[in-house]
Amino acid sequence: MTTTMDEPLARLRERAAAEGLLDVAYASADSPFGPLLLARTPRGLVRLALPNEDIEATLADLAGRISPRVLEAPAQLDRERRELEDYFEGRRHEFELPIDWQLSHGFLLRARRGIAAIPYGETRTYADLARAAGNERAVRAAGSACSRNPIPLVVPCHRVVRSDGTPGLYAGGVEMKKRLLELERRAG
Amino acid sequence: MAELPPFQTLIDEHATEVMAVLRGAVGREGAEDAFQETFLAALRAYPSLREPHNLRGWLVTIAHRKAIDHHRARGRAPVPVESVREEAVFDPDPDDGQIWQAVAALPLKQRAAVTLRFAGDLPHEEIAAALGCSPEAARRSLHEGLKRLRKEIA
Repeated sequence: MTTTMDEPLARLRERAAAEGLLDVAYASADSPFGPLLLARTPRGLVRLALPNEDIEATLADLAGRISPRVLEAPAQLDRERRELEDYFEGRRHEFELPIDWQLSHGFLLRARRGIAAIPYGETRTYADLARAAGNERAVRAAGSACSRNPIPLVVPCHRVVRSDGTPGLYAGGVEMKKRLLELERRAG
Repeated sequence: MAELPPFQTLIDEHATEVMAVLRGAVGREGAEDAFQETFLAALRAYPSLREPHNLRGWLVTIAHRKAIDHHRARGRAPVPVESVREEAVFDPDPDDGQIWQAVAALPLKQRAAVTLRFAGDLPHEEIAAALGCSPEAARRSLHEGLKRLRKEIA
């Protein structure tokens, strides 16, 4: 797109936000693992896609599940980007940004709220998570609360590990999970 | 109903073109405002859109309506040729600026037909639908408009 369009498009984003037409605003953010995709609704952060996720598919999914009014609007995600940057630098141990939980329901919602409550630098097992969400036999479901977590990092599913102490799987790859746990050990 | 793509896709693929259509239809000065009105109207209506198969045609049709609003609000017919010529001195984009000025000087219907056809790349049937006339009348407006343009530019 030509640079002459930058200004009209910036104004369009501002006016859309002012009129409450930005149902889903998204932006990319840098991370030590590669670019992240952040998406928020007026209620809060609704989706965070890790570097290995397909951006187009993620946006199409949000258009279908939340609203097709999906617009790139980096200024709307300044806070989210800042908090994540501080987290990767080891300066931030807790996220304060608002979360929109609308992509999670029932047991998965309870489990993910449980994940959000695991303190920085600590870990829980999948069994712990299942128990805390009210069904100790639902270990497998606790696993998918992690593996299909719409807001990884902020809802820190990397802090959920196997009972034998090994890290277990991670949507962003096992290596990323190990490095995140390592970061929190060093900075914690 | 087919799923609507993220609205950003429409901006990425068609914003430049819609701006070109509007520059042709209302001139460089009014185009920016008409562009905002076009995309805000599109954004408002988007979730309830039933026919997601020709999003480009949909946007260009909205742009055309906003261009008509623009002319109505100013309460006058196309810009007189004299004042357009004056603008040319200050036109920062001499490449296609000359052509668009000539287009801007056409009678409203010819101007709309020419921009929808060449900036919007719409077929005659869709131009007719946007203008609310028969395809034959649309073709005639286009023909007359082009004839004038050739004379103007030559």
